[in-house]
Amino acid sequence: MTRIWSIPGGVHPEENKSQSLQLPLGEIPLPRELVYPLSQHIGAPANAVVTVGDKVLGGQKIAEAKGMISAPIHASTSGTVVAIEDRVLPHPSGMSGPCIVIEADGEDHHVDYVGDENYLQLDRETLIERIRDAGITGMGGAGFPTAVKLNPRADQPIDTLIINGTECEPYITADDILMQTRADEIIKGTELLAHLLGNPDRVVIGIEDNKPAAIEAVGVAAKDSRVEVVSFPTKYPSGGEKQLIQILTGKEVPSGALPASIGIVLQNVGTTVAAYEAVRYGKPLIERITTVVGEALDTQRNIKVRLGTPIQHVLEHHGCHQNKVARLIMGGPMMGFALQESLVPVVKATNCVLVPSKQELPPAPPAQACIRCGMCAEACPASLLPQQMYWYTLAEDYDKLEAHNISDCIECGACSFVCPSNIPLVQYYRSAKGTMRQMAIDKEKSDRSRQRFEFRQERIAKAEAEKEAKRLARKKAAEEAKKKQEAAKASGETAPAGNTKADIVAAAMARAQAKPVSPEEQKAKLERAVISAQGRLDKLQTRLEEAEGEMKDKLAAQIKQAEVKLTEAQKKLDDFKPDAASNNSAPTADDPVAAAIARAQAKMTMAPDEKLRANIESLNKRLQKAEEKLSAAQAQGADTVTALQAGVDKLKEKIATAERELAELGPVASATAAPAEQDAASAAIERAKAKAAAQANMSPEQKLRDQLGAMGARISKAQDKLQQAQADGADTVDALQMGLDKLQAKQEKMREELRVLNPSAPELNDADNATGSTPTSEEAPQIQDAATAAIEKAKAKAAAQASMSPEEKLRDQIESLEKRLQKAQQRLAKAEAEDDDNIDAFRAGVEKTQAKLEQTRAQLENS
Amino acid sequence: MFEYLLNNPFLGALVALVSLALLFGAVLGYAAVQFKVEGDPIVDQIDTLLPQTQCGQCSYPGCRPYAEAIANGDAINKCPPGGQSTINAIADLLDVEAPTLDEEHGEESDVKKVAYIREDECIGCTKCIQACPMDAILGAAKQMHTVIGDECTGCDLCVEPCPVDCIDMIPIETTLGTWKWDKPATSHENILNLIASDRQPVAATQQETSPKEKAQTEDEAA
Ligand code: SF4
Ligand code: SF4
Ligand code: SF4
Ligand code: SF4
Repeated sequence: MTRIWSIPGGVHPEENKSQSLQLPLGEIPLPRELVYPLSQHIGAPANAVVTVGDKVLGGQKIAEAKGMISAPIHASTSGTVVAIEDRVLPHPSGMSGPCIVIEADGEDHHVDYVGDENYLQLDRETLIERIRDAGITGMGGAGFPTAVKLNPRADQPIDTLIINGTECEPYITADDILMQTRADEIIKGTELLAHLLGNPDRVVIGIEDNKPAAIEAVGVAAKDSRVEVVSFPTKYPSGGEKQLIQILTGKEVPSGALPASIGIVLQNVGTTVAAYEAVRYGKPLIERITTVVGEALDTQRNIKVRLGTPIQHVLEHHGCHQNKVARLIMGGPMMGFALQESLVPVVKATNCVLVPSKQELPPAPPAQACIRCGMCAEACPASLLPQQMYWYTLAEDYDKLEAHNISDCIECGACSFVCPSNIPLVQYYRSAKGTMRQMAIDKEKSDRSRQRFEFRQERIAKAEAEKEAKRLARKKAAEEAKKKQEAAKASGETAPAGNTKADIVAAAMARAQAKPVSPEEQKAKLERAVISAQGRLDKLQTRLEEAEGEMKDKLAAQIKQAEVKLTEAQKKLDDFKPDAASNNSAPTADDPVAAAIARAQAKMTMAPDEKLRANIESLNKRLQKAEEKLSAAQAQGADTVTALQAGVDKLKEKIATAERELAELGPVASATAAPAEQDAASAAIERAKAKAAAQANMSPEQKLRDQLGAMGARISKAQDKLQQAQADGADTVDALQMGLDKLQAKQEKMREELRVLNPSAPELNDADNATGSTPTSEEAPQIQDAATAAIEKAKAKAAAQASMSPEEKLRDQIESLEKRLQKAQQRLAKAEAEDDDNIDAFRAGVEKTQAKLEQTRAQLENS
Repeated sequence: MFEYLLNNPFLGALVALVSLALLFGAVLGYAAVQFKVEGDPIVDQIDTLLPQTQCGQCSYPGCRPYAEAIANGDAINKCPPGGQSTINAIADLLDVEAPTLDEEHGEESDVKKVAYIREDECIGCTKCIQACPMDAILGAAKQMHTVIGDECTGCDLCVEPCPVDCIDMIPIETTLGTWKWDKPATSHENILNLIASDRQPVAATQQETSPKEKAQTEDEAA
């Protein structure tokens, strides 16, 4: 005999199995309407693949599995899909969920089921796929998709397959009748499952010894197979997965683990038959055997019922007396749950519909206080401490519940059954488990929330830091720029403070040169403003003349405004004019140098100077006030005296520094004003000015001259080459000659340009004079020689000029200036005669030349 | 030496005690350095107990600041979203008496809520995004905004800034996945029922029937 182990605890409730075994397996007519909840298994709800109005046949798939742990659903008879809507579900919550509703056409046509006699020849994957496709889930009560269970992880080899024919719960006999009537199929199904699991060492069917008929039937069927049939003493809850494993193998499934982790797979007999039918006949799970029992019924028996049949319909065919019904229970009295609605359908896991009368299953008497008898702990098949868990549930101490392994409670109800105080212990555990599940979800969410929040904070901080960094960078850049400016200013300030006259003059010069542009521009701007204001005023006035009524007022107001603006602009311009006039006239009227310097000084040093003075003044004022306050405080003996004293001291200090600074600035002003240095300064300035002017005016000319010089050099080189080539009789002579011609043409052109720019340019004169006087090669044309000579001469002249005394230089300049003046005057006269457009420019040119001539003469006199 | 100590029990005891003290001191000093805990573990522990709604009803700018405040001695009953269970948990952690929720900071509500934007009314001003501590709102300027329901903690902070009042706080409905059994009426309450005159109609106390009534009222409401 096979060894049987025993489990701890357990109870012996009244079996009540005979009522439903009096009659053979029955059948009821098809209902008019069938309801298929999309979620009738553990895992993800199925996805409807039909739409309202579709005609369906029996066995047709109406919803397909969504994801790995899920199962498809099939229509159990032919008909029309009339709705896909929320209906009350066979669930303890009594909540509604999406269901497919099919109106049966009564003809009960089915799809052609394609079976396979030699299913054992098929490979494993195909078989499992067929089982999955047939929508088979555990039929013992939990409803776990069978295909998933048959596909254990590769690292968990299965050595034992257990088929559960225990059916330990009172009243239920569905598996019993199945075993009695379809023992052969059970054995075949068992072999199929064993085949799928790689033929485990041990294949065993466990049946409680209160089902002798079933044991016998299965035993006969299993005679020629390797399937072991084991019966063991009846005890509730031997049929629990972990409990049955322990009874048949002596192994305990670790807490929180699946049986597969110790190499065991357990399937219900009903599931086994369904899997066999799916593979052998291609028949999906569309019907099951359900026990219909209870004293409120006339007929109590097992029936083969199509899935989706409303329980109401089942009850109607069993003579249900509504007034007798205490409760409507789906499942057994221990682990089942009460239904709120008789319209809910029979689903894949519905093994029993229990309709007890009030005498049969009276409502539980009121619970009383726990007397700590410890009977619950003795009854618990999972070796838990129900009493402790009860207390901790009351105290909501979920950590302690966790420590007491509440998750291992199979909610068998044995503890509640034995409790002398009638405490509904299981309900406490169920609720505590739900709360803990919720807490776990909340915890996960709050962790995620914390992460998100912290990430957000970080992100914001980062953005802020970036902004701050940018701001700082900007500030720094601004400060640097300011510092540079100040440094520039300071150098401008300190230079005059220095003793060397040259520095002062140079600085003043720089300033004088830098300045003159702006007043002009400013003036132009102001003039433009005046003009535009005037224009606007004019326009408005013309419009005012045209406008009437309200419009007039508006326009009048606008005109007033425009007038105000105009006067403002005019005033500004007027203010500016005398200013500009004094600025401009100063150099000519007074000693120009002194004026320039004074102006520059005023611009540059007056501001800080004045500022300092103002500063000192305000500081003095503040000091006065502070002193007044101090004396008042002293008079009152207030305790702020020391603070005030400190303030006064500070102010005094500040004034002292300001005064020192002012004193430092003072000498500069006097130094620049000193007349002794003026002459030298004036000379230097004049020189610098002349140079600057020359550079500004003559730059294109100079450029041309430079180019001309370069050209001359190139020409002479080319001539050399030509000569050489001629001497050698080379065949490049022609090419060289051509190049030379080109260069000469260019030179000529440049001269022309130069002439236009400056008719008195020495190069031109010299070149003209030199024509023919400078012999070079006999073959080269005369002009060439002339050009080279001119260049040579210019160079010589430059050298001579460099070595000339300043006086001679000046004379030279005067001469050339006089020449230029003459020419310019001629041109002006010509322009005047022709009424040329450029007359102004010509006149300006003449004036400038005159001024220069004047200046140079003065210089000559001075020197 | 040893002899000497044996002969002078007082000195011997002294030497033994001093050497023991030195030994343990060294061990403790080493442990203090080696197993030093970074940060403030108590703040972290309190922070994990708080619901992380980040609603600021406790008058701190988030759950962590409140955790820090608690660690520094603030009252532990200022968090309405956490409610009594959070207070109990913190009291447990700090080993103090659990007070009831300070009503001043708000009331505990049984129903969890989640923000919902009536999308056709949203003008896309992004005000709500800036207010949401959870980054649970999705949208861009002048575009329709929407709440990521899974990430929303129901803190309420986005409702106020919305200029067109298009954000609703809607209660989260129980689904099949989140449904759980109710706790049965406690036995202490049931004890009263032992006296016949106090006994309520049995059906009303039955746990099984209460969901049915609930379902019926729901049906009627529907
Ligand atoms: S059986 Fe009931 S009364 Fe006895 S210890 Fe357990 S809970 Fe308490
Ligand atoms: S319901 Fe849970 S605690 Fe009670 S006997 Fe069963 S397994 Fe043990
Ligand atoms: S969406 Fe609104 S209620 Fe939800 S977390 Fe963000 S701010 Fe709070
Ligand atoms: S605050 Fe209101 S209007 Fe503005 S984006 Fe958010 S939901 Fe839209």
